[in-house]
Amino acid sequence: MKIGIVVFPGSNCDEDAFHVAGQVLGHQSQLLWHKERDLKGSELIILPGGFSYGDYLRCGAIARFSPVMEDVAAFSRKGGPVIGICNGFQILTEAGLLPGALLQNGDRQYSCRDVTLRAERTRSRFTAGLAPGDLFRIPIAHGEGNFFIDDEGLKRLEGEGQVAFRYLDNPNGSRADIAGIVNASGNVLGMMPHPERNAEPVLGNADGRRILASLLS
Amino acid sequence: MVARVYVTLKPGVLDPAGKAVENSLHALGFTQVGSVRLGKYIEVQLPDGNPTEARAKVEEMCRKLLANTVVENFRVELG
Repeated sequence: MKIGIVVFPGSNCDEDAFHVAGQVLGHQSQLLWHKERDLKGSELIILPGGFSYGDYLRCGAIARFSPVMEDVAAFSRKGGPVIGICNGFQILTEAGLLPGALLQNGDRQYSCRDVTLRAERTRSRFTAGLAPGDLFRIPIAHGEGNFFIDDEGLKRLEGEGQVAFRYLDNPNGSRADIAGIVNASGNVLGMMPHPERNAEPVLGNADGRRILASLLS
Repeated sequence: MVARVYVTLKPGVLDPAGKAVENSLHALGFTQVGSVRLGKYIEVQLPDGNPTEARAKVEEMCRKLLANTVVENFRVELG
């Protein structure tokens, strides 16, 4: 599959995603500069982690107005698969492509460590290769990963099976231990943890590969 | 003309930074302090003109960029 990874000024996980998608999982991966108005035939888009535009105003608030985001939004409206990891998740909520918002961590700490995630049952293609209840050790690295959504929105997420991943030991105060969600049609996914950072055994464990193999299949 | 924009967290949305300031005020002996909520103050310079139109424009700026209306409220003052 042809995978496009968007590079914003301040992205810092773009090369990791590029490496894992291309070298580890054998896809054709390409970097897309945020000023480009062409997804260059990409069949799946990744918005990587980092600090786009220095997190000015709010995390992801400025990046959503990058020229490429108009094309990403149009691509997703046509059912194209889009994945946002960490800052990419924040950008997707700011752009209104995913519900909710990501607030400062409840303990005010920037949290950089491994956490345990549980895969949940969704109807999305992204989680088709994961068994609900499967556990993964995956790194997190964020100061604003505290997922917030109002009661009504949470009921909808739970009722429609839009929660993709939950923390076993909630590191940031996220509502309902939510670590990752999909949109109502299941073609847009956002998650705070970084599966692209541990997709090879040399990096400690390769749990990230199991997740990405499903997300990118 | 200057538009003064106040962006505040909606009631019920957790404000860890506000809580930290609240705790510090208590530690300094300001024990009468109840809760503290932090927000943002933004000044937007505009050409002089019709205040009703200016307000409508700034409110549009708030909805599109200056505030995230999922978790924040905004208030605009013109002067």
